[in-house]
Amino acid sequence: MSYGNKVIDHFEKPRNVGSLDPKALDVGTGIVGAPECGDVMKLQIKVNSETNVIEDAKFKTFGCGSAIASSSLATEWLKGKTVNEALKIKNSAIVKELCLPPVKIHCSVLAEDAIRAAISDYQKKSGENIDVSELKIDVSELKKVGN
Amino acid sequence: MIYLDNHSTTPVDPQVLEAMLPYFKETFGNAASRNHRYGWNAEAGVEKARAQIAELVGANPKEIIFTSGSTESNNLALRGVAEMYESKGNHIITTQVEHKAILDTVKYLETKGFEITILPVDEFGRVRVEDVKNAITEKTILISVMAANNEIGTINPIAEIGVLAKEKGIIFHTDAVQAVGRIPVNVENWKVDLLSLTAHKIYGPKGVGALYVRRKNPRVRLNPILFGGGHERGMRSGTLNVPGIVGFGKAAELAREFMPEESKRVQKLRDRLHQGILSKLSEVKLNGHPTERLPNNLNLSFAFVEGEALMMAIPDIAVSSGSACTSASLEPSYVLKGIGVGEELAHSSLRFGLGRFTTPEEIETAIEETVRAVNKLREMSPLFEMFQEGIDLKSVQWKTH
Repeated sequence: MSYGNKVIDHFEKPRNVGSLDPKALDVGTGIVGAPECGDVMKLQIKVNSETNVIEDAKFKTFGCGSAIASSSLATEWLKGKTVNEALKIKNSAIVKELCLPPVKIHCSVLAEDAIRAAISDYQKKSGENIDVSELKIDVSELKKVGN
Repeated sequence: MIYLDNHSTTPVDPQVLEAMLPYFKETFGNAASRNHRYGWNAEAGVEKARAQIAELVGANPKEIIFTSGSTESNNLALRGVAEMYESKGNHIITTQVEHKAILDTVKYLETKGFEITILPVDEFGRVRVEDVKNAITEKTILISVMAANNEIGTINPIAEIGVLAKEKGIIFHTDAVQAVGRIPVNVENWKVDLLSLTAHKIYGPKGVGALYVRRKNPRVRLNPILFGGGHERGMRSGTLNVPGIVGFGKAAELAREFMPEESKRVQKLRDRLHQGILSKLSEVKLNGHPTERLPNNLNLSFAFVEGEALMMAIPDIAVSSGSACTSASLEPSYVLKGIGVGEELAHSSLRFGLGRFTTPEEIETAIEETVRAVNKLREMSPLFEMFQEGIDLKSVQWKTH
Protein backbone atom coordinates (compact mmCIF):
# COMPACT_ATOMS: atom_id res chain seq x y z
CA MET A 1 0.00 0.00 0.00
CA SER A 2 1.52 3.33 -0.90
CA TYR A 3 0.13 6.06 1.29
CA GLY A 4 -0.16 9.80 1.09
CA ASN A 5 2.11 12.10 3.07
CA LYS A 6 -0.42 12.79 5.82
CA VAL A 7 -0.84 9.12 6.72
CA ILE A 8 2.91 8.69 6.79
CA ASP A 9 3.34 11.81 8.94
CA HIS A 10 0.80 10.60 11.52
CA PHE A 11 2.24 7.09 11.37
CA GLU A 12 5.80 8.22 11.91
CA LYS A 13 4.96 10.90 14.46
CA PRO A 14 1.73 9.71 16.06
CA ARG A 15 0.05 12.40 18.20
CA ASN A 16 -1.23 11.66 21.69
CA VAL A 17 -0.17 8.04 22.08
CA GLY A 18 -0.84 6.86 25.61
CA SER A 19 -3.43 6.06 28.22
CA LEU A 20 -5.59 7.96 30.70
CA ASP A 21 -6.90 6.42 33.90
CA PRO A 22 -10.00 4.53 32.72
CA LYS A 23 -11.47 4.62 36.24
CA ALA A 24 -11.41 8.42 36.54
CA LEU A 25 -14.89 9.92 36.35
CA ASP A 26 -13.86 12.60 33.87
CA VAL A 27 -12.36 10.04 31.46
CA GLY A 28 -14.27 8.21 28.74
CA THR A 29 -12.79 5.11 27.12
CA GLY A 30 -13.80 3.51 23.83
CA ILE A 31 -12.33 0.25 22.59
CA VAL A 32 -13.50 -0.89 19.17
CA GLY A 33 -12.46 -3.54 16.65
CA ALA A 34 -11.14 -7.05 17.17
CA PRO A 35 -7.70 -8.68 16.93
CA GLU A 36 -8.85 -11.25 14.37
CA CYS A 37 -10.02 -8.43 12.11
CA GLY A 38 -6.55 -6.90 12.26
CA ASP A 39 -7.47 -3.69 14.07
CA VAL A 40 -8.29 -2.61 17.61
CA MET A 41 -8.51 1.05 18.62
CA LYS A 42 -8.55 2.40 22.15
CA LEU A 43 -9.47 6.04 22.35
CA GLN A 44 -9.76 8.03 25.58
CA ILE A 45 -11.01 11.54 26.33
CA LYS A 46 -10.70 13.66 29.44
CA VAL A 47 -13.62 16.06 29.76
CA ASN A 48 -13.99 19.24 31.83
CA SER A 49 -17.36 18.72 33.48
CA GLU A 50 -17.96 22.48 33.86
CA THR A 51 -17.42 23.44 30.24
CA ASN A 52 -17.99 20.04 28.58
CA VAL A 53 -14.73 20.63 26.68
CA ILE A 54 -12.42 17.71 25.87
CA GLU A 55 -9.16 18.76 27.49
CA ASP A 56 -7.09 15.74 26.64
CA ALA A 57 -7.30 12.76 24.28
CA LYS A 58 -5.09 9.68 24.01
CA PHE A 59 -5.06 6.62 21.80
CA LYS A 60 -3.50 3.22 21.35
CA THR A 61 -4.12 1.29 18.15
CA PHE A 62 -3.32 -2.18 16.86
CA GLY A 63 -3.74 -2.00 13.13
CA CYS A 64 -2.34 -0.93 9.80
CA GLY A 65 -0.79 2.44 9.02
CA SER A 66 -4.07 4.12 8.18
CA ALA A 67 -5.75 2.78 11.33
CA ILE A 68 -2.95 4.34 13.40
CA ALA A 69 -3.11 7.58 11.40
CA SER A 70 -6.93 7.77 11.68
CA SER A 71 -6.86 7.44 15.46
CA SER A 72 -3.95 9.86 15.80
CA LEU A 73 -5.84 12.43 13.74
CA ALA A 74 -9.00 11.81 15.76
CA THR A 75 -7.24 12.67 19.04
CA GLU A 76 -5.89 15.84 17.48
CA TRP A 77 -9.35 16.90 16.38
CA LEU A 78 -10.97 15.98 19.70
CA LYS A 79 -8.82 18.19 21.85
CA GLY A 80 -10.48 21.52 22.52
CA LYS A 81 -13.85 20.48 21.16
CA THR A 82 -16.96 20.19 23.31
CA VAL A 83 -18.52 16.76 23.57
CA ASN A 84 -21.36 17.84 21.31
CA GLU A 85 -18.96 19.15 18.69
CA ALA A 86 -16.98 15.92 18.91
CA LEU A 87 -20.07 13.88 18.12
CA LYS A 88 -20.21 15.66 14.78
CA ILE A 89 -16.83 14.29 13.62
CA LYS A 90 -17.59 12.07 10.65
CA ASN A 91 -15.46 9.32 9.18
CA SER A 92 -15.73 10.99 5.77
CA ALA A 93 -13.81 13.98 7.12
CA ILE A 94 -11.01 11.66 8.24
CA VAL A 95 -10.97 9.98 4.81
CA LYS A 96 -10.70 13.38 3.18
CA GLU A 97 -8.02 14.75 5.49
CA LEU A 98 -5.81 11.63 5.18
CA CYS A 99 -6.66 10.90 1.52
CA LEU A 100 -7.43 7.29 2.46
CA PRO A 101 -7.87 4.88 -0.46
CA PRO A 102 -11.21 2.98 -0.68
CA VAL A 103 -9.84 -0.22 0.92
CA LYS A 104 -8.88 1.81 4.01
CA ILE A 105 -12.19 3.56 4.60
CA HIS A 106 -13.03 1.06 7.33
CA CYS A 107 -10.15 2.52 9.38
CA SER A 108 -11.89 5.89 9.45
CA VAL A 109 -15.20 4.25 10.33
CA LEU A 110 -13.48 2.54 13.22
CA ALA A 111 -12.08 5.90 14.40
CA GLU A 112 -15.54 7.48 14.36
CA ASP A 113 -16.84 4.44 16.20
CA ALA A 114 -14.09 4.85 18.82
CA ILE A 115 -14.92 8.54 19.34
CA ARG A 116 -18.57 7.70 19.93
CA ALA A 117 -17.74 4.82 22.23
CA ALA A 118 -15.46 7.04 24.34
CA ILE A 119 -18.08 9.78 24.59
CA SER A 120 -20.78 7.27 25.45
CA ASP A 121 -18.58 5.83 28.21
CA TYR A 122 -17.92 9.30 29.62
CA GLN A 123 -21.59 10.22 29.57
CA LYS A 124 -22.58 6.99 31.26
CA LYS A 125 -20.09 7.68 34.04
CA SER A 126 -20.97 11.33 34.49
CA GLY A 127 -24.62 10.37 34.67
CA GLU A 128 -25.69 12.37 31.69
CA ASN A 129 -28.84 11.07 30.27
CA ILE A 130 -28.30 10.88 26.57
CA ASP A 131 -30.01 8.51 24.23
CA VAL A 132 -27.17 6.17 23.30
CA SER A 133 -29.14 4.62 20.45
CA GLU A 134 -28.34 7.80 18.56
CA LEU A 135 -24.67 7.00 18.90
CA LYS A 136 -24.83 3.62 17.31
CA ILE A 137 -22.96 3.28 14.11
CA ASP A 138 -24.60 2.22 10.91
CA VAL A 139 -23.43 -1.37 10.52
CA SER A 140 -24.27 -1.47 6.82
CA GLU A 141 -21.49 1.07 6.28
CA LEU A 142 -18.99 -1.35 7.76
CA LYS A 143 -20.14 -4.21 5.58
CA LYS A 144 -19.91 -2.09 2.50
CA VAL A 145 -16.16 -1.72 2.86
CA GLY A 146 -15.74 -5.43 3.06
CA ASN A 147 -14.39 -6.04 6.52
CA MET B 1 17.32 -0.58 0.93
CA ILE B 2 17.80 -4.12 2.15
CA TYR B 3 16.11 -6.75 0.00
CA LEU B 4 14.75 -9.65 2.03
CA ASP B 5 11.91 -10.68 -0.26
CA ASN B 6 13.64 -13.36 -2.32
CA HIS B 7 10.57 -15.63 -2.32
CA SER B 8 8.81 -13.04 -4.45
CA THR B 9 11.62 -12.66 -6.91
CA THR B 10 15.39 -12.51 -7.02
CA PRO B 11 17.64 -9.98 -8.72
CA VAL B 12 19.25 -11.12 -11.98
CA ASP B 13 22.78 -12.33 -11.36
CA PRO B 14 25.28 -10.18 -13.32
CA GLN B 15 26.67 -13.32 -14.98
CA VAL B 16 23.15 -14.20 -16.15
CA LEU B 17 22.63 -10.76 -17.65
CA GLU B 18 26.00 -11.03 -19.38
CA ALA B 19 25.01 -14.35 -20.94
CA MET B 20 21.69 -12.94 -22.18
CA LEU B 21 22.92 -9.75 -23.84
CA PRO B 22 24.19 -11.24 -27.16
CA TYR B 23 20.78 -12.81 -27.70
CA PHE B 24 19.19 -9.36 -27.81
CA LYS B 25 21.82 -8.16 -30.27
CA GLU B 26 23.74 -10.18 -32.86
CA THR B 27 22.14 -13.56 -31.97
CA PHE B 28 18.58 -12.29 -32.22
CA GLY B 29 17.24 -15.11 -34.42
CA ASN B 30 14.14 -17.21 -34.00
CA ALA B 31 15.10 -20.62 -32.62
CA ALA B 32 12.53 -22.18 -34.95
CA SER B 33 14.18 -20.79 -38.12
CA ARG B 34 15.82 -23.85 -39.61
CA ASN B 35 17.32 -22.36 -42.73
CA HIS B 36 19.94 -19.85 -41.67
CA ARG B 37 22.64 -19.19 -39.15
CA TYR B 38 20.56 -16.71 -37.09
CA GLY B 39 18.09 -19.46 -36.37
CA TRP B 40 20.76 -22.10 -35.73
CA ASN B 41 22.63 -19.88 -33.29
CA ALA B 42 19.47 -19.05 -31.37
CA GLU B 43 18.56 -22.73 -31.28
CA ALA B 44 22.04 -23.63 -30.01
CA GLY B 45 21.57 -21.13 -27.17
CA VAL B 46 18.21 -22.66 -26.28
CA GLU B 47 19.52 -26.24 -26.37
CA LYS B 48 22.47 -25.36 -24.15
CA ALA B 49 20.05 -23.84 -21.65
CA ARG B 50 17.79 -26.88 -21.83
CA ALA B 51 20.76 -29.07 -20.88
CA GLN B 52 21.79 -26.73 -18.05
CA ILE B 53 18.29 -26.77 -16.57
CA ALA B 54 17.92 -30.54 -17.03
CA GLU B 55 21.17 -31.07 -15.17
CA LEU B 56 20.01 -28.97 -12.23
CA VAL B 57 17.01 -31.26 -11.65
CA GLY B 58 18.51 -34.57 -12.80
CA ALA B 59 16.46 -34.80 -15.99
CA ASN B 60 17.11 -35.46 -19.66
CA PRO B 61 17.20 -32.23 -21.73
CA LYS B 62 14.40 -33.58 -23.91
CA GLU B 63 12.15 -33.59 -20.85
CA ILE B 64 12.32 -29.81 -20.38
CA ILE B 65 9.49 -27.74 -21.90
CA PHE B 66 9.92 -23.98 -21.82
CA THR B 67 7.01 -21.80 -20.71
CA SER B 68 6.40 -18.19 -19.72
CA GLY B 69 6.83 -18.96 -16.01
CA SER B 70 5.60 -21.19 -13.26
CA THR B 71 1.97 -20.07 -13.45
CA GLU B 72 1.90 -21.39 -17.00
CA SER B 73 3.90 -24.51 -16.04
CA ASN B 74 1.38 -25.30 -13.29
CA ASN B 75 -1.59 -24.64 -15.58
CA LEU B 76 -0.08 -26.81 -18.31
CA ALA B 77 0.71 -29.66 -15.93
CA LEU B 78 -2.76 -29.80 -14.38
CA ARG B 79 -4.92 -29.00 -17.37
CA GLY B 80 -2.66 -30.97 -19.70
CA VAL B 81 -2.91 -34.15 -17.64
CA ALA B 82 -6.60 -33.71 -16.83
CA GLU B 83 -7.60 -33.38 -20.46
CA MET B 84 -5.23 -36.07 -21.75
CA TYR B 85 -6.16 -38.71 -19.18
CA GLU B 86 -9.84 -37.88 -18.75
CA SER B 87 -10.85 -41.28 -20.08
CA LYS B 88 -8.80 -42.95 -17.30
CA GLY B 89 -10.33 -41.04 -14.42
CA ASN B 90 -11.40 -37.63 -13.20
CA HIS B 91 -9.96 -37.35 -9.70
CA ILE B 92 -7.13 -34.98 -8.74
CA ILE B 93 -5.46 -34.63 -5.33
CA THR B 94 -3.70 -31.48 -4.12
CA THR B 95 -3.18 -29.52 -0.87
CA GLN B 96 -4.65 -26.39 0.67
CA VAL B 97 -1.34 -24.50 0.84
CA GLU B 98 -0.49 -24.67 -2.86
CA HIS B 99 0.12 -21.54 -4.88
CA LYS B 100 -2.98 -19.94 -6.43
CA ALA B 101 -1.78 -21.09 -9.85
CA ILE B 102 -2.59 -24.62 -8.66
CA LEU B 103 -5.65 -23.88 -6.52
CA ASP B 104 -7.36 -21.73 -9.13
CA THR B 105 -6.60 -24.26 -11.86
CA VAL B 106 -8.17 -27.15 -9.93
CA LYS B 107 -11.14 -24.90 -9.18
CA TYR B 108 -11.50 -24.41 -12.94
CA LEU B 109 -11.16 -28.15 -13.57
CA GLU B 110 -13.88 -28.77 -11.02
CA THR B 111 -16.27 -26.74 -13.18
CA LYS B 112 -15.32 -29.05 -16.05
CA GLY B 113 -16.45 -32.12 -14.14
CA PHE B 114 -13.26 -33.16 -12.36
CA GLU B 115 -13.36 -34.22 -8.75
CA ILE B 116 -10.84 -32.44 -6.59
CA THR B 117 -9.53 -33.43 -3.16
CA ILE B 118 -7.75 -30.60 -1.36
CA LEU B 119 -5.80 -32.07 1.53
CA PRO B 120 -5.19 -30.22 4.79
CA VAL B 121 -1.66 -29.85 6.17
CA ASP B 122 -0.29 -30.29 9.68
CA GLU B 123 0.55 -27.43 12.05
CA PHE B 124 3.92 -27.01 10.33
CA GLY B 125 2.45 -26.86 6.84
CA ARG B 126 3.41 -30.41 5.76
CA VAL B 127 1.03 -32.71 3.97
CA ARG B 128 0.78 -36.17 5.58
CA VAL B 129 1.71 -39.03 3.24
CA GLU B 130 -1.00 -41.07 4.95
CA ASP B 131 -3.61 -38.49 3.93
CA VAL B 132 -2.46 -38.66 0.32
CA LYS B 133 -2.66 -42.44 0.43
CA ASN B 134 -6.17 -42.41 1.89
CA ALA B 135 -7.38 -39.89 -0.66
CA ILE B 136 -6.45 -42.05 -3.66
CA THR B 137 -9.35 -43.69 -5.49
CA GLU B 138 -9.38 -45.80 -8.63
CA LYS B 139 -10.31 -42.65 -10.51
CA THR B 140 -7.26 -40.67 -9.36
CA ILE B 141 -5.18 -39.53 -12.34
CA LEU B 142 -3.00 -36.85 -10.78
CA ILE B 143 -1.41 -35.83 -7.48
CA SER B 144 0.04 -32.31 -7.21
CA VAL B 145 1.98 -31.34 -4.07
CA MET B 146 4.34 -28.37 -3.83
CA ALA B 147 7.97 -29.13 -2.92
CA ALA B 148 8.36 -26.12 -0.64
CA ASN B 149 5.89 -23.47 0.40
CA ASN B 150 6.39 -19.87 -0.71
CA GLU B 151 5.19 -18.27 2.53
CA ILE B 152 6.45 -20.46 5.34
CA GLY B 153 9.18 -22.38 3.49
CA THR B 154 7.99 -25.79 4.71
CA ILE B 155 9.41 -28.69 2.69
CA ASN B 156 7.03 -31.54 1.85
CA PRO B 157 7.92 -35.27 1.87
CA ILE B 158 7.98 -35.36 -1.94
CA ALA B 159 10.08 -38.52 -2.31
CA GLU B 160 7.68 -40.49 -0.09
CA ILE B 161 4.67 -39.29 -2.06
CA GLY B 162 6.59 -40.14 -5.24
CA VAL B 163 6.99 -43.76 -4.16
CA LEU B 164 3.29 -43.93 -3.36
CA ALA B 165 2.23 -42.40 -6.68
CA LYS B 166 4.53 -44.74 -8.62
CA GLU B 167 3.15 -47.75 -6.78
CA LYS B 168 -0.39 -46.77 -7.73
CA GLY B 169 0.51 -45.69 -11.26
CA ILE B 170 -0.69 -42.13 -10.71
CA ILE B 171 0.97 -39.15 -12.36
CA PHE B 172 2.75 -36.98 -9.78
CA HIS B 173 3.38 -33.27 -10.23
CA THR B 174 5.32 -30.96 -7.93
CA ASP B 175 5.54 -27.17 -7.98
CA ALA B 176 9.24 -26.82 -7.13
CA VAL B 177 9.55 -23.11 -7.82
CA GLN B 178 10.75 -22.24 -4.31
CA ALA B 179 12.80 -25.40 -3.82
CA VAL B 180 14.94 -25.30 -6.95
CA GLY B 181 18.33 -23.74 -6.28
CA ARG B 182 17.79 -23.85 -2.49
CA ILE B 183 17.63 -27.56 -1.74
CA PRO B 184 18.70 -30.52 -3.88
CA VAL B 185 15.99 -31.29 -6.44
CA ASN B 186 16.19 -34.51 -8.44
CA VAL B 187 13.31 -35.89 -10.47
CA GLU B 188 14.59 -39.46 -10.11
CA ASN B 189 15.09 -39.33 -6.34
CA TRP B 190 11.70 -37.70 -5.94
CA LYS B 191 10.00 -39.96 -8.50
CA VAL B 192 8.05 -37.06 -9.94
CA ASP B 193 6.57 -37.08 -13.43
CA LEU B 194 6.05 -33.35 -13.78
CA LEU B 195 7.92 -30.51 -12.09
CA SER B 196 7.40 -26.75 -12.41
CA LEU B 197 10.25 -24.30 -12.12
CA THR B 198 10.94 -20.68 -12.99
CA ALA B 199 13.96 -18.52 -13.76
CA HIS B 200 13.26 -15.45 -11.68
CA LYS B 201 13.44 -17.26 -8.33
CA ILE B 202 16.98 -18.46 -9.11
CA TYR B 203 18.55 -15.14 -10.17
CA GLY B 204 17.35 -15.41 -13.76
CA PRO B 205 14.99 -13.12 -15.68
CA LYS B 206 11.22 -12.87 -15.26
CA GLY B 207 8.86 -14.24 -17.88
CA VAL B 208 10.48 -17.60 -18.44
CA GLY B 209 9.87 -20.93 -16.78
CA ALA B 210 9.88 -24.62 -17.53
CA LEU B 211 7.96 -27.79 -16.98
CA TYR B 212 9.79 -31.08 -16.64
CA VAL B 213 7.72 -33.78 -18.38
CA ARG B 214 8.85 -37.39 -17.86
CA ARG B 215 9.54 -39.31 -21.08
CA LYS B 216 10.21 -42.78 -19.68
CA ASN B 217 8.49 -44.95 -17.04
CA PRO B 218 5.96 -43.61 -17.68
CA ARG B 219 5.94 -41.43 -20.77
CA VAL B 220 3.69 -38.55 -19.72
CA ARG B 221 1.59 -36.93 -22.40
CA LEU B 222 -0.07 -33.55 -22.08
CA ASN B 223 -2.84 -31.81 -23.92
CA PRO B 224 -1.46 -28.39 -24.84
CA ILE B 225 -3.13 -25.26 -23.50
CA LEU B 226 -1.60 -23.06 -26.22
CA PHE B 227 -1.99 -24.04 -29.87
CA GLY B 228 0.05 -22.90 -32.82
CA GLY B 229 3.38 -23.71 -34.37
CA GLY B 230 3.93 -26.95 -32.48
CA HIS B 231 7.03 -25.81 -30.60
CA GLU B 232 8.33 -27.77 -27.61
CA ARG B 233 7.24 -31.17 -28.92
CA GLY B 234 3.76 -29.81 -29.51
CA MET B 235 3.21 -29.21 -25.83
CA ARG B 236 3.74 -25.47 -25.87
CA SER B 237 3.43 -23.50 -29.08
CA GLY B 238 4.85 -20.02 -29.31
CA THR B 239 8.17 -18.51 -30.40
CA LEU B 240 10.72 -19.19 -27.71
CA ASN B 241 11.92 -16.34 -25.51
CA VAL B 242 15.54 -16.97 -26.50
CA PRO B 243 17.35 -14.38 -24.34
CA GLY B 244 15.19 -15.33 -21.36
CA ILE B 245 15.83 -19.03 -21.87
CA VAL B 246 19.58 -18.47 -22.22
CA GLY B 247 19.51 -16.50 -18.97
CA PHE B 248 17.48 -19.24 -17.30
CA GLY B 249 20.10 -21.78 -18.40
CA LYS B 250 22.95 -19.72 -17.01
CA ALA B 251 21.02 -19.18 -13.77
CA ALA B 252 20.51 -22.95 -13.48
CA GLU B 253 24.21 -23.58 -14.04
CA LEU B 254 25.13 -21.05 -11.33
CA ALA B 255 22.51 -22.48 -8.95
CA ARG B 256 24.01 -25.94 -9.34
CA GLU B 257 27.52 -24.63 -8.82
CA PHE B 258 26.73 -22.36 -5.86
CA MET B 259 23.97 -24.22 -4.04
CA PRO B 260 25.91 -26.39 -1.59
CA GLU B 261 27.93 -23.47 -0.25
CA GLU B 262 25.23 -20.84 -0.72
CA SER B 263 22.53 -22.75 1.14
CA LYS B 264 24.79 -23.21 4.15
CA ARG B 265 25.77 -19.55 4.18
CA VAL B 266 22.21 -18.32 3.78
CA GLN B 267 20.90 -20.70 6.44
CA LYS B 268 23.49 -19.39 8.89
CA LEU B 269 22.36 -15.83 8.22
CA ARG B 270 18.71 -16.87 8.53
CA ASP B 271 19.40 -18.55 11.88
CA ARG B 272 21.25 -15.44 13.06
CA LEU B 273 18.27 -13.27 12.06
CA HIS B 274 15.92 -15.56 13.97
CA GLN B 275 18.08 -15.74 17.08
CA GLY B 276 18.85 -12.01 16.97
CA ILE B 277 15.15 -11.16 16.98
CA LEU B 278 14.24 -13.76 19.62
CA SER B 279 16.99 -12.57 21.95
CA LYS B 280 15.50 -9.07 22.00
CA LEU B 281 11.75 -9.59 21.72
CA SER B 282 9.23 -11.75 23.53
CA GLU B 283 5.98 -13.13 22.11
CA VAL B 284 7.43 -13.95 18.69
CA LYS B 285 6.24 -17.15 17.04
CA LEU B 286 7.84 -19.09 14.19
CA ASN B 287 5.39 -20.07 11.47
CA GLY B 288 6.20 -23.25 9.59
CA HIS B 289 8.48 -26.19 10.30
CA PRO B 290 11.47 -25.72 12.64
CA THR B 291 13.79 -27.93 10.53
CA GLU B 292 12.04 -29.10 7.34
CA ARG B 293 12.25 -25.61 5.96
CA LEU B 294 13.94 -23.76 3.12
CA PRO B 295 17.32 -22.42 4.28
CA ASN B 296 16.45 -18.86 3.23
CA ASN B 297 13.00 -18.61 4.81
CA LEU B 298 11.96 -17.07 8.11
CA ASN B 299 8.28 -16.43 8.82
CA LEU B 300 7.52 -14.86 12.18
CA SER B 301 4.42 -13.54 13.93
CA PHE B 302 5.00 -10.58 16.22
CA ALA B 303 2.07 -10.66 18.64
CA PHE B 304 0.16 -7.39 19.29
CA VAL B 305 1.55 -5.72 16.16
CA GLU B 306 -0.09 -5.59 12.73
CA GLY B 307 2.01 -6.70 9.76
CA GLU B 308 1.37 -3.88 7.36
CA ALA B 309 2.13 -1.27 10.02
CA LEU B 310 5.30 -3.19 10.85
CA MET B 311 6.42 -3.07 7.22
CA MET B 312 5.69 0.67 7.16
CA ALA B 313 7.86 1.06 10.23
CA ILE B 314 10.82 -0.59 8.49
CA PRO B 315 10.64 1.30 5.19
CA ASP B 316 14.21 0.48 4.22
CA ILE B 317 13.75 -3.27 4.48
CA ALA B 318 11.79 -5.11 1.80
CA VAL B 319 9.83 -8.02 3.27
CA SER B 320 6.27 -9.26 2.95
CA SER B 321 3.41 -10.03 5.31
CA GLY B 322 0.47 -12.40 5.59
CA SER B 323 -1.62 -9.55 6.94
CA ALA B 324 -4.97 -8.92 5.31
CA CYS B 325 -4.06 -5.28 4.88
CA THR B 326 -1.40 -6.20 2.36
CA SER B 327 -3.77 -8.15 0.16
CA ALA B 328 -6.48 -6.90 -2.17
CA SER B 329 -8.96 -9.35 -0.63
CA LEU B 330 -8.66 -8.05 2.97
CA GLU B 331 -8.28 -11.69 4.00
CA PRO B 332 -5.20 -12.81 5.90
CA SER B 333 -2.95 -15.47 4.38
CA TYR B 334 -4.72 -18.76 3.59
CA VAL B 335 -1.45 -20.60 4.17
CA LEU B 336 -1.16 -19.32 7.75
CA LYS B 337 -4.83 -20.07 8.33
CA GLY B 338 -4.24 -23.51 6.87
CA ILE B 339 -1.60 -24.33 9.47
CA GLY B 340 -3.88 -23.14 12.25
CA VAL B 341 -2.25 -19.81 13.01
CA GLY B 342 -5.00 -17.73 14.61
CA GLU B 343 -6.21 -14.81 12.52
CA GLU B 344 -4.77 -12.29 14.95
CA LEU B 345 -1.30 -13.84 14.53
CA ALA B 346 -1.73 -14.14 10.76
CA HIS B 347 -2.25 -10.36 10.74
CA SER B 348 1.01 -10.05 12.69
CA SER B 349 3.27 -12.05 10.40
CA LEU B 350 6.35 -11.06 8.46
CA ARG B 351 8.14 -13.18 5.87
CA PHE B 352 11.87 -12.73 5.47
CA GLY B 353 13.37 -14.29 2.34
CA LEU B 354 17.15 -14.23 2.23
CA GLY B 355 19.19 -14.67 -0.91
CA ARG B 356 22.52 -14.98 -2.67
CA PHE B 357 23.34 -11.31 -2.18
CA THR B 358 22.27 -10.97 1.47
CA THR B 359 25.18 -9.87 3.69
CA PRO B 360 25.81 -10.35 7.44
CA GLU B 361 25.73 -6.53 7.86
CA GLU B 362 22.27 -6.41 6.29
CA ILE B 363 21.06 -9.08 8.70
CA GLU B 364 22.35 -7.10 11.70
CA THR B 365 20.53 -4.00 10.42
CA ALA B 366 17.36 -6.03 9.83
CA ILE B 367 17.46 -7.34 13.41
CA GLU B 368 17.97 -3.85 14.83
CA GLU B 369 15.29 -2.24 12.69
CA THR B 370 12.72 -4.98 13.24
CA VAL B 371 13.21 -4.93 17.01
CA ARG B 372 12.97 -1.13 17.09
CA ALA B 373 9.80 -1.13 14.97
CA VAL B 374 8.09 -3.89 16.96
CA ASN B 375 8.86 -2.14 20.25
CA LYS B 376 7.60 1.17 18.89
CA LEU B 377 4.35 -0.34 17.64
CA ARG B 378 3.83 -2.37 20.81
CA GLU B 379 4.14 0.88 22.79
CA MET B 380 1.10 2.10 20.93
CA SER B 381 -0.77 -1.21 20.87
CA PRO B 382 -3.79 -1.54 23.17
CA LEU B 383 -3.39 -5.32 22.93
CA PHE B 384 0.17 -5.20 24.26
CA GLU B 385 -1.01 -2.97 27.12
CA MET B 386 -3.73 -5.47 28.01
CA PHE B 387 -1.23 -8.33 27.76
CA GLN B 388 1.10 -6.53 30.16
CA GLU B 389 -1.79 -5.99 32.55
CA GLY B 390 -2.30 -9.74 32.53
CA ILE B 391 -5.58 -9.68 30.63
CA ASP B 392 -6.21 -12.81 28.57
CA LEU B 393 -7.05 -11.38 25.14
CA LYS B 394 -9.04 -14.47 24.29
CA SER B 395 -11.41 -13.78 27.19
CA VAL B 396 -12.28 -10.31 25.90
CA GLN B 397 -15.64 -9.95 24.17
CA TRP B 398 -14.52 -8.18 21.00
CA LYS B 399 -16.95 -6.37 18.86
CA THR B 400 -15.99 -7.86 15.49
CA HIS B 401 -16.66 -5.75 12.47
